[in-house]
This record gives sequence, structure tokens and C-alpha cells, in this order.
Amino acid sequence: MKEKLIRRYDAAERINHWIVAVCFVLLAISGLAFFYPAFFWLTGVFGTPQLARIVHPFVGVVMFLAFARQFFRYAHHNLLNKEDVKWMMSVREVMKGNEVGDIGRYNGGQKGMFWMMVACMILLLGSGFIAWRPYFAGLFPIPVIRLALLVHATSALALIAGIIVHVYAALWVQGTIRAMVEGVVTHAWAKKHHPRWYRQVTGKESGGH
Amino acid sequence: MALQSLDILRRSATPTQTPQARNPQEVAKLIDVSVCIGCKACQVACSEWNELRADVGTCTGVYDNPVDLGPQAWTVMRFNEVEENGKLEWLIRKDGCMHCADPGCLKACPSPGAIIQYKNGIVDFHQENCIGCGYCVSGCPFNVPRISTVDSKAYKCNLCSDRVAVGQEPACVKTCPTGAIQFGSKVDMIEVAETRITDLKSRGFEQAGLYDPAGVGGTHVMYVLHHADKPQLYSGLPENPAISLTVSLWKGILKPLATLGVAAAGLFGFFHYITVGPNRADEDEEETGGHDSPTGGHDSPAGGQGGPKFVEKQKQPEDALS
Repeated sequence: MKEKLIRRYDAAERINHWIVAVCFVLLAISGLAFFYPAFFWLTGVFGTPQLARIVHPFVGVVMFLAFARQFFRYAHHNLLNKEDVKWMMSVREVMKGNEVGDIGRYNGGQKGMFWMMVACMILLLGSGFIAWRPYFAGLFPIPVIRLALLVHATSALALIAGIIVHVYAALWVQGTIRAMVEGVVTHAWAKKHHPRWYRQVTGKESGGH
Repeated sequence: MALQSLDILRRSATPTQTPQARNPQEVAKLIDVSVCIGCKACQVACSEWNELRADVGTCTGVYDNPVDLGPQAWTVMRFNEVEENGKLEWLIRKDGCMHCADPGCLKACPSPGAIIQYKNGIVDFHQENCIGCGYCVSGCPFNVPRISTVDSKAYKCNLCSDRVAVGQEPACVKTCPTGAIQFGSKVDMIEVAETRITDLKSRGFEQAGLYDPAGVGGTHVMYVLHHADKPQLYSGLPENPAISLTVSLWKGILKPLATLGVAAAGLFGFFHYITVGPNRADEDEEETGGHDSPTGGHDSPAGGQGGPKFVEKQKQPEDALS
């Protein structure tokens, strides 16, 4: 009956993650409203369209800061290695549910996602800052603002598509949501999906062949 | 403003059609720069009719006053001294919204009904729907809209749409003492312009012409210029105005591409789940006494379940569980 559990994310990490997640959802909803005329009604997430326009950038700053904290937590876990390249090359096999490579704390897909998010967050902050009225847009020439708006929309949509993959991956690999909700994963989960990390944290079967 | 009796051709952020049955004539304002004396009566008339009162500014050493368009200054005279054909010329241009047939502001606007293009060609801002994002400022090829710092709404010339709606000419036209500003159907205004251009050419302005730029589908404010080949001379009137490529990409191709990308991500996830099925770590291998999960021991025929077990065997940590 008793489950063997490994702690994967402590409380601070989980709170951090969910601050980013909630900000992201609010931003995606209001952002899509500004992007697609047919979804303009989604500005209602912040009460009125005007309020959505006013609040959206502030929430964006909160998301960026919270994500920056995550960046410093996880960047060193996300450096690519040969196993990750192998994983990426065999992504078709992975999609069938087969594990590929001796995966550490994160696999190639997770690392790719991490860096994609980092790139999007930086682009979103920079371009959002340039387009932010009434505070900063006036400091920039109109062609720069135009470019910023294009970059903002493009990177936002890339991030939304990426987050869909991120959420799906968490749902698909069962037991993953628990890592970010309760902070723990089972031994079986760790051994199956992140064998090298499993050995590291449990000290079993010391690394190397 | 919302109380209007003009037929609407286009509405910002509205993907479906407006009522199309009625077909009123296109109007235009013709500004003959060669006849303008720079008296600024048009500015005063505009401010009176629209009840706009810009803050008193300071003299910057030139006649331009106010020096730029603003939420309280929908038209301004721009004065420029140039030397053409060995003579000093004082070029005075009444600046303001050009009322493009293809308005960049309307294209960029994300708020339904904040920008309206009437069938007569007037492009009007309905501030009650404006959210203050400033996209219209980025969309405009003429740098016309201004966002108020008081209420965060965009403002610009509306060609006195309220006056036009009841058969009157715009206030600036009514007040112009030299007849430099005329108003009528666009067809008529082009005809008037032709006679003026012929006259200017006979007076030695070989390059005189009409400014009705095709890049924005033509405009409903047109200029007669003595130097139609060099519109830049008139305080930076753009030579080939058009909606910026950046704006066109953002409001054009990016939408279907984004829809495709986001839909692909979502649909892939859905179909992947219902075909391959979830990726479970087999607890049985770990917990000796365990039995199948309550969700049923469906060692489904989907290939997914076979693979992982195989990999597990390779790893083979038949360890005691801490």
C-alpha cells in the first residue's frame, strides 16, 4: 500500500510555477482577445476591454519576474547533452510511449521547451515594454513599435502552442501533474522517465555502467 | 461619435459584413496648398465646432502652433520654407487625417467598432469603444492619431462626420477665407483639382498634381500640390504611403498561421491521447504486492505499454525500495 515517493519540487517551486501558470492563462486569454476579433469578448476576463488593456502588461511583468526566478532555479538543469540529442532524434519512438536514452532530471523535450519559453519570455517582455501605453510606447519611433507588436504577437502565439504541448505532456505522462501539485513522484515514475535522475536522488546503482 | 446617421462600410475588429444595401456617394475634402495663406482659420473652426481647446503652448520660433497634432488639435498648419527653381517658397500644408480608403488605423484596431469607415469615405473614431492600446497609431501611414493622456482614448479629425451627416461641409471648409479647402463628392473634387492643376502648370509649376495616394487606396482628403513629384517638401508628406509590411504581416498572415499552429498542437494532443494512450509507469514492477490500478488493468493493445516494460528490463534495478 505504501507508495515510494521522491520529492521533485518543493513548496516554493510549486508556488512559483503556479504564479507563472495563472499569469500565463490570464495573459493568453486577454492576448488572444486582442489578436482575434472574434475572441474580443475574452477581454471580459479582466472586466472590461479597457481594463484588460490596462491590466495585461502588469500581469505580464509579474509573469516575467516569476519566470525569471524559475530560470535561475532550472537553467543549470537544462543544459543539453548527448542523451538529449538522442532523445530529440528519436522523438517518434518517444511518442509511442517508449523511453529513449539515459534521461536525467529533464529530457530533451523538456529542455527544448525550457529554452523556447526563455526566448519567448524575453521577446515578450522587450516587445511588450516597447508597445506599453501610456508609459513607454511614446519613447519609441512608430516603426519600432510596429515591429514590437508583430514580435509580441508571434512570440505569444509560439508560447501558447508550446504551453499546449507542455500541458499535454504533463497529462500524457501520468503521475507528472502530481510533481507540480503535491511535489512528489513515485519511484516507478522516476525510474521509468528519468532513470539517471532516479539514480542520483536515490543513490542506487551508482552511475556509469 | 456614436450618434450618426451615416452608412457604415467597415468596422474595426469585425470579421463579418456591415449592411451593404445603400450606396451613398464618396465625399472628399480638397486642400489646394497653392491657395492657402496659412491663416489658421481652419484650426480655429475645427476647435470651435468640435469644442477642442488645446493647452496654451509656447512659441518655438516657427509659425506652427500648436507644433503637432494632438487629442485637442485635430488639424494643424505645417509651415516649411524651401528653395525651388531658385526661388524661396513658403509651403503651408494643413495636416490632419487623410481618411484613407484602406485605413491602416482600422486594420490595426483590435476593438470592435472603435474605428468606423463610413460608406462616404470618412474614417471616424468612436472613443467609447476605444481601449487606448495605440494600435491605430502604429497602423497609420501618416502619423495622425493621438492618444489622450487624460482618458487614454485615440483622437483625430473625423471630417466633421456629424456635419456631413446632415448635409453640411466640414467646419474647416466652411471657414476657409481663400477657398483653399473645398468639399464635395470625390468625383467632383478630382475635377476641381484638374482645373487647378492646369492653371498651376500654365504658371510654370510643371510638376503640379493631385495627391491622392494609391498605396492606401486613395484618400478622402486630397491635396493640390505645386510639386506633386516631391510631396516630402510639404513638411514630410509621404511619397508612397501604404500600410506598413509589419502591420500587414501582424494583421494578415500571422492569424491563419497562428490558428494552424495552436490548433495543430491541441489536436495532436487529443488524437495522440486517444490513439497511443497515456504513458504510465508500471507500479507493479516496483510494489510487489500491488495490483492493477483502479482504472482497469488495460494492458491495451496499443504498442505503448509493451515498450516501456522492455526498457525497464534493461535497466534492471531490482532494488530494495527505500
